[in-house]
Amino acid sequence: MLRDEDRIFTNLYGRHDWRLAGARKRGDWDNTAAIIKLGRDEIVNRMKASGLRGRGGAGFPTGLKWSFMPKDTGGRPSYLVVNADEGEPGTCKDRDIMRHDPHKLVEGCLIAGSAIGATAAYIYIRGEFYNEARHLQIAIDEAYDAGLLGKNAANSGFDFDVYVHRGAGAYLCGEETALIESLEGKKGQPRLKPPFPAGAGLYGCPSTVNNVESIAVAPTILRRGAEWFAGLGRENNTGTKLFCISGHVERPCNVEEEMGIPLRELIEKHAGGVRGGWDNLLAVIPGGSSTPVLPKNICDDILMDFDSLRGVGSGLGTAAVIVMDKSTDIIKAFARLAHFYRHESCGQCTPCREGFGWVERVMDRMVIGNARVEEIDMLFEVTKEIEGHTICAHGDGGSWPIQGLIRHFRPVMEARIAAYHAKAAA
Amino acid sequence: MSHFRIADDAHQPKTFAFTPEFQEKANKEIAKYPAGRQQSAVMALLDLAQRQHGWVTRAAVAHIADLLGMAEIRVWEVVSFYTMYRTTPGGRINVHVCTTTPCWLRGSDAVTAACKSKLGIGFGEATEDGQFALHEVECLGACVNAPILQIDDDYYEDVDGPKTEAILDAFMRGETPTPGPQVDRQTSAPVGGATTLHSVGGDD
Repeated sequence: MLRDEDRIFTNLYGRHDWRLAGARKRGDWDNTAAIIKLGRDEIVNRMKASGLRGRGGAGFPTGLKWSFMPKDTGGRPSYLVVNADEGEPGTCKDRDIMRHDPHKLVEGCLIAGSAIGATAAYIYIRGEFYNEARHLQIAIDEAYDAGLLGKNAANSGFDFDVYVHRGAGAYLCGEETALIESLEGKKGQPRLKPPFPAGAGLYGCPSTVNNVESIAVAPTILRRGAEWFAGLGRENNTGTKLFCISGHVERPCNVEEEMGIPLRELIEKHAGGVRGGWDNLLAVIPGGSSTPVLPKNICDDILMDFDSLRGVGSGLGTAAVIVMDKSTDIIKAFARLAHFYRHESCGQCTPCREGFGWVERVMDRMVIGNARVEEIDMLFEVTKEIEGHTICAHGDGGSWPIQGLIRHFRPVMEARIAAYHAKAAA
Repeated sequence: MSHFRIADDAHQPKTFAFTPEFQEKANKEIAKYPAGRQQSAVMALLDLAQRQHGWVTRAAVAHIADLLGMAEIRVWEVVSFYTMYRTTPGGRINVHVCTTTPCWLRGSDAVTAACKSKLGIGFGEATEDGQFALHEVECLGACVNAPILQIDDDYYEDVDGPKTEAILDAFMRGETPTPGPQVDRQTSAPVGGATTLHSVGGDD
C-alpha cells in the first residue's frame, strides 16, 4: 500500500483547513517562484520525466502535451484551460480536490501556465458543483490577496490570472473542444480537429486543456522530483492516482493509491470489500462508465493502470471503479447508461444523435427480454457504426459500455430473451 | 439533448433588469474575459438572471443579449442547450434526483419513489402551490456518496427513502437541513473512518 508520505492529496477528505493557511502547512505555495524560474523547457522536461499521464481519462502524457504549445504565437495570448467539468458516471475525484485542496489546483495553474507560456487560466467547473466553485473562488481570491496570482505572481516575475467559469449542466462540455466552445459563450458542441487547441483553441489562441487532477499534482511532482513520481507504479504507468470506488461495496470512498494497485486489493483495503464478499462479485466498470465492464474472473487479478486495463479490452479512464454484485440486473445497469449517453449527446453528429436513441430503445427491450437473439448482434454492429464516426469521443464512449456488456454478458441477455418468450408462449 | 419548453406569454413578465446587486455580479463576470469576448459571460449572466427571478424569462434573455451585444437567438441556443436553465416558473425549491447507474446501484429508485409520493408529483412537474419542482438528473459527480439528492445548490448524500422523506419534510417546514453525507462519515472517506492519511495532513 502507498505510504502516507507519498500521498499528494493530504486533505482529500477535508479533515484539515482547506484555505491558504492550511494549504501552506501542507507544503503548497512553498517557494513557487523557484519552480517557475526553472523555465518552461525545464519544467516540461521534468514533467515528461515524471511519466505523468493525463488524469481526465485519455491518459495522454502531460509533459508532452505542454510541449506542443508554440513559443512564437504571433502576438496572440496563450491560455491554460482546466477541465473541471467532472461528470463521467462513477467519477468524483476532482470534486474533492476543489473543495478540500483547492490551492493545489490554483498553484498548479500558475506553474502549468508558466510552462506553456499562458497569460491566464480558465477553470471550467460543472454548474452543479456550486459549493466547490465557491471554495475554488475563495482560494483564488486568497492567492491574489497574498500576491501569489496577478502581476509578478508569487514573486516569480511572471504575470498570471486565474478565473472560474461555471458550466450549466452538459456532460459533453467535458470534451475539450466543446468545453472551449462553451467558454466562448456558445452551446457546447465539439469542434473538428485539426486544428488542435495548441494551435487554435480558446478565442483562436494557443490553448492547453488539462484535467484538474493532472494540474493539481504538478506542483508536488516538481517539488519532490520527477524521479520520486516515476518511482511509483510501473513504467509508462507511474505515480499515484485518485480512485473513486462506488456501487456494491461495503464502504464506498475516494482514495489516493499507487498506480497499478490490484483491483481486488483496492476494493478490499479501502472500500471494505464487495458487499457479501469477493465471491459475490458480478462485474466491475474499472474507469468510469465509458470503460468496458470486466467480469469477475478478470477482476480477480487485474492491475489498475492504463496498460493493464487496455490489455483486457478496457481502460483506466478516470479510475472510477463501479462495483456490481450478483444481485445486479446487469442489463438494466447498462440500459441506464445507454439512456445517459443518449441524453448527453450534443446532437451534432447523426450517428451519435440517432444511434444512441436507437441503442437506448433496444436496450430497454433487452431489459425485459422482448427482443430477438439476432438483435444482440445488431446492437453490437450499430455501436460499431457509431464508434469512430463522430466528431468527438462521445460516440466511442457510449458504444464501449454496450460492447463490453455483449462481450462478457451475452448469455445473460440471451437467457432474458428466452425467458420472455417462454412466458409469452405459456 | 434536453427537452426544452418556454413558458407561455401569460406567464412572461414584460421586462427584466438586474438589480444593482446582481448587476455588480454580472459586471464581475464580464470582466473575467478579454475585451470583445464578453459573450463568454452569457452562461454566468443567465445563471444570475435565474437566481434573481427564479427562472429565465424571455425578457431576461433579451436583456442579456443586449448587455453582451449578442443576437437573441445566440442566447436562446445557450439557454436551450444546457439543462440547468429553467424556462418555466416551475417551483421555488428545485429537487433533483440522480438516477444514473452508480446512484441506481445504491438505491436511487427508493429516493425517486420517496420524492414522488411526498411531493405528489412526477419528474418535470411542480407542486400546485409552486413550492417544489422535481427533476430527474444525470450523474452529479458524487458517486461514492450515492445516492444523491440535490436540492437547489446543495447535495444531500448517502440518502435512502426514509432519509429523503425526512429531508423533504424539513424543507416543507421551512428549514434547510445540513447538506452532505446523511450517514456517519466524513465527506468521501469510507464509513468508519479513513484507511489512509493518518500520519500526514497537518495538525489543525
